[in-house]
Amino acid sequence: MLACATALSQAQPAPDPLPVTEIAPGVFIHQGAAAVMTPANAGAIANVGFIVGDAAVAVIDTGGSVAEGRQLADAIRRVTAKPVRYVINTHAHPDHVFGNAAFAGDAIFVGHKNLPRGLAARGPFYLSNFRRILGDDLMTEVKIIAPTWLVDGEDVLDLGGRRLVLHAWPAAHTDADLTVFDEQTQTLLAGDLVFLDHVPVLDGSLRGWLSVLDALARLPAQRVVPGHGPIAAWPDALAPERRYLQRLAEDVRGLIARGAPIRAAEGAAAAEKPHWSLFEEYNTRNATAAFSELEWE
Amino acid sequence: MLCMAGALAAGAALAAAPEPPDPWPDLVRDVFDGRPLAEGTGVIAIDMPARAEDAAIVPVTLRLNLAPGDPRSVKAVTLVIDRNPAPVAATFALGPDAGVTAIETRVRVDSYTDVHAVAELDDGTLHMTKIYVKASGGCSAPAAKIADEAKKNLGQMKLRQFAGPDGASREAQLMIRHPNNSGLQMDQLTRLYTPAFFVRDVNIWQGEKLLVKMDAGISLSEDPNIRFTYRPTGAATLRAEAVDTDQNVFRGEWPVGLGE
Repeated sequence: MLACATALSQAQPAPDPLPVTEIAPGVFIHQGAAAVMTPANAGAIANVGFIVGDAAVAVIDTGGSVAEGRQLADAIRRVTAKPVRYVINTHAHPDHVFGNAAFAGDAIFVGHKNLPRGLAARGPFYLSNFRRILGDDLMTEVKIIAPTWLVDGEDVLDLGGRRLVLHAWPAAHTDADLTVFDEQTQTLLAGDLVFLDHVPVLDGSLRGWLSVLDALARLPAQRVVPGHGPIAAWPDALAPERRYLQRLAEDVRGLIARGAPIRAAEGAAAAEKPHWSLFEEYNTRNATAAFSELEWE
Repeated sequence: MLCMAGALAAGAALAAAPEPPDPWPDLVRDVFDGRPLAEGTGVIAIDMPARAEDAAIVPVTLRLNLAPGDPRSVKAVTLVIDRNPAPVAATFALGPDAGVTAIETRVRVDSYTDVHAVAELDDGTLHMTKIYVKASGGCSAPAAKIADEAKKNLGQMKLRQFAGPDGASREAQLMIRHPNNSGLQMDQLTRLYTPAFFVRDVNIWQGEKLLVKMDAGISLSEDPNIRFTYRPTGAATLRAEAVDTDQNVFRGEWPVGLGE
């Protein structure tokens, strides 16, 4: 048994801390791979990060596996000894919450008021479906941990001399989207309300998302950390996503007006294909969801 | 929290186990009383994407293909998603002379699974076809996208009408706002399990004649949706009545005609 454990630990040396970049003073970000979650990337496809205040640290999304969450925790320890007081989940998707268990303990989990419901509805399916996608090794430790600090409208977290303003948005990318605005550096951590390069993924409301974009654009940020893609200037970073969503809405409305069946939705927004990575993986599902929403208009 | 941990642990144990045995033989016994199912007769076909792009909304079309001059007619069609928690997604009973040749709806797909469609003819024979569908990966889940929206507009109906595939037929699409909640999910605020809450029975008439009666279950997507072809009789209206598991009754009536 001892030999076995030794062999295991030799076979799996502790991975390096997650590579992070200090994109603004005290704001550290890991840019996820432009890919779908696989065993090889350990689910590390979303942008995750942390913000360090005078007294404490807030983590913003924990990654697509407990392995990634632990690497993120290691990255924090390299930067500061201050405690992680808050773990903020921007929404319910696996690539943003599967690392939560790495921070279970003293941290307070924070999310949109709808997030517990979303996790309850989706969690069991995610846990079984991702066994197939990520494999047992990465999934064994994943736990669905729901927030206990729930945000309805606007709220503020104080890290000690540093205020994070949280916004809970109406249904857009999902029905539990939360953004984090760091007042000190005017950095917006937008979660998946903003995609760059990686095609936007619709799992909430297309009409809602387009209307949230207008409100989002008014936040006085200098830069944005999107849920996927590079850090970018604000609000210019919204332009490609807005263009895609508008094209999707226009094409789908055209199909509905012509009486096309929902299967025909897969051809919508085809003109956008050259502009995005992972278009094939997500566009059809976006169009299907958009069709079922817009046919009620 | 204990409940949740227990449920999750059970789910994890299930998923780690080898692929469970094919549920179809038991379904044939339980759903079809073990009656013989004729395969390859061409009476029924399933049109469905091989990969469920969005686990919550998978379009499926059932096509009925009795040869011209065949004196038989289709009495009912049953759609079964073998590995879903409630495999029988819906049974569509067709009115005599309704002339239904295609039925489209949207379902949830929880797993990698066979999907079977079985047509019952008026001579008592059962005709079966199947297709294999993979649940989507990624962040999609067979759950409501906007849980509040469907509740807010509960029971709202919309009927869309189209020209049929040939001059003699028409096509109609009935949409019903309903969360079609599958139940069993725990509300983490109240620590209570959500009871199942879904549309279980839908009847659609042309004038006084039944076109389609759908007995449905939790495998239908939220906002249940049925689009079908039919043979017009010249009746002035289409009428629908739906009943959900809380005995809410929703009704609608629309003049027959193209356009919306």
